[in-house]
Amino acid sequence: MKMHMAQAINTCLFQEMERDESVIVMGEDVGIDGGVFRVTEGLYKKFGRPRVIDSPLSEAGIVGTAVGMAALGLKPVAEMQFQGFVYNAYHHLVQHAARLRNRTRGMFNVPLVLRLPYSGGIHALEHHGESLETIFIHFPGMKVVCPSSPYEAKGLLAASISDEDTVLYFEPKRLYRAFKEDVPEERYEIEIGKAHKVKEGNDVTLISWGAMTYVSKGAVEDAEKEGISVEHIDLRSLAPCDWDSIHESVRKTGRCVVVHEAKKTLGFAAEISARITEKDLLSLEAPIKRVTGWDIIIPYPKFEEYYYPDQKRILKAIIETARF
Amino acid sequence: MPVKRVFEGSVDYVQVMDKDGKVDKSLEPKIPNETLDRMYRLMVQQRTWDRKCLALQRTGRMYTYAPCEGQEAISVGASQAVSNNDWIFPTYRESFMYHIRGAPLYMMNLIWMGLEEGLKLDKKYRAFPLAIPIATQHPHAVGGAYALKLKGEKAATVVFGGDGSTSEGEFHDAMNFAGVLQTPTVFVISNNQYAISVPVKWQTASETIAQKALAYGFKGIQADGNDILTVYKVVKDAVDSAREGKVPVLIEFITYRMGAHTTADDPTKYRSDDEVEYWRERDPITRFQGYLKEKGIWNEDYEKEVQEEAKKLVEEAVQKAEDYKADPKDMFRYTFAHMTKDLEEQMKEAFE
Repeated sequence: MKMHMAQAINTCLFQEMERDESVIVMGEDVGIDGGVFRVTEGLYKKFGRPRVIDSPLSEAGIVGTAVGMAALGLKPVAEMQFQGFVYNAYHHLVQHAARLRNRTRGMFNVPLVLRLPYSGGIHALEHHGESLETIFIHFPGMKVVCPSSPYEAKGLLAASISDEDTVLYFEPKRLYRAFKEDVPEERYEIEIGKAHKVKEGNDVTLISWGAMTYVSKGAVEDAEKEGISVEHIDLRSLAPCDWDSIHESVRKTGRCVVVHEAKKTLGFAAEISARITEKDLLSLEAPIKRVTGWDIIIPYPKFEEYYYPDQKRILKAIIETARF
Repeated sequence: MPVKRVFEGSVDYVQVMDKDGKVDKSLEPKIPNETLDRMYRLMVQQRTWDRKCLALQRTGRMYTYAPCEGQEAISVGASQAVSNNDWIFPTYRESFMYHIRGAPLYMMNLIWMGLEEGLKLDKKYRAFPLAIPIATQHPHAVGGAYALKLKGEKAATVVFGGDGSTSEGEFHDAMNFAGVLQTPTVFVISNNQYAISVPVKWQTASETIAQKALAYGFKGIQADGNDILTVYKVVKDAVDSAREGKVPVLIEFITYRMGAHTTADDPTKYRSDDEVEYWRERDPITRFQGYLKEKGIWNEDYEKEVQEEAKKLVEEAVQKAEDYKADPKDMFRYTFAHMTKDLEEQMKEAFE
């Protein structure tokens, strides 16, 4: 069935709640309202208040409570209304969700899924366009996944809900309704930790995830017209990351561009570059190029297009890298 | 005696003028006619501006906007009850308050048109920049009040928030610090019944929000937030006593958000037309009109003049905001007091 990403996530939540009654959904406005992006639409009507909780307005409360729920046998799929509001829940994520397994030497675990609508480019208000993967990837014990299409969204969410550890599920807001594609009716999982080759190519490796995969596809097409063959890798999972696929591709092309909308300094591209230079230095024909947000506060919507990487900037980076 | 009561508390509800215009003379604040006139004009201006912003958003001339129709009595009444030395800490739904404090109205348009320049507020307005994250202003106002106290200024801070904000830890941190540090802080909670879609009954199991103050060692009052006379009186009493070095106060105003949470919200999903109608009958502007008529201030000619004045003010603000030329490079220039070499280079790359 053809569906857009918001529908794919919604369908997955229905299926997971039907097959496992320990799955519960909690967050601000996720019930009666169906979520501010309508991603949880209909769940309240079908499953009711005990399993679909319109929570008080408290991010720390939501995540802290979800940690307890998860540790004692429920499977909470909690929501941060916008990723930019996760900071006061960070405490519970890094100090508890990420640590409980280690602190109890495996006696406890926190199988919590936290859905975080992230990404910008939709002219939303301040704090509504963040891309905060760095602060989660940096801290061990939490998985971070990020779909770039409706198909990935459904399979990655199902895998996240099955996972025994805390999974942060990044939802690219600007892709919620950007396009539709075929999504299987039946349940399926996409393995966490495996990248997806969007396109084979020989001249340059382009690495992206989430909303930037969508934007990069256009740039890759433009580059092909310039005669540059790009191998496009969509990471899908940032923690754990599929390093093998990255090394394999870069060894083949010798050139690499990494795209993300998070800030440049200590953005995940920095880690990817470091890993490539550690292992593939002798294969490299050009410096690794990063196309990222700038090291500034994300501007208010009027001028946001100067902040987020766009097709033009990505294309320029591909060309410069290919012709270095 | 093995069991003895160690705490007792209560919360009063205050209403100066009821919905039908009956005024409790023992509570009626003595407000000069000149101030009453100003209050009415400001309420009409706020509503005119608010409706204009909605229209601008719908035609793509503004981004997401958080409307304030129905809550004018609180922002206008409170701002007239505080002195020029006090500091206010508004929420995003009270951006009009910056104009009341002296900032040109077009700046408020800039905020919602997606430009940081809208918050380029001169400190002389003594109004703290609004924030989008919920409840963060509460502890800031407590810290601000402590600063005023330590500097020996006879001034208080008045911090605004919604019912939803009382669920965040920061609200409780702030109340606790205010009680412990005895800061001159007045917490004004506009209980407009919903935090986006979530009703107050799912926000708190307390009967009132006001009673939360008792747990932190100070007084909580509940009052009619759709009667500007009540708002004026209750805030004035609270802020006067806070300024005199007495304890902080929490005021819960019962009100209603007539419109959507923001232009991205559809309130028909979570509330009934009947409910909206119930509150329409308690409209703060209409109620105040009745009072002003009794005072011999309001008549139809007056109304016409006030409406025209408001329309002109708003049109001028829209024009000025739409003519405003901002420099996108400013997104780099205010990261630090002095721009780093790295940022200079990034800025160059961003605008090449």
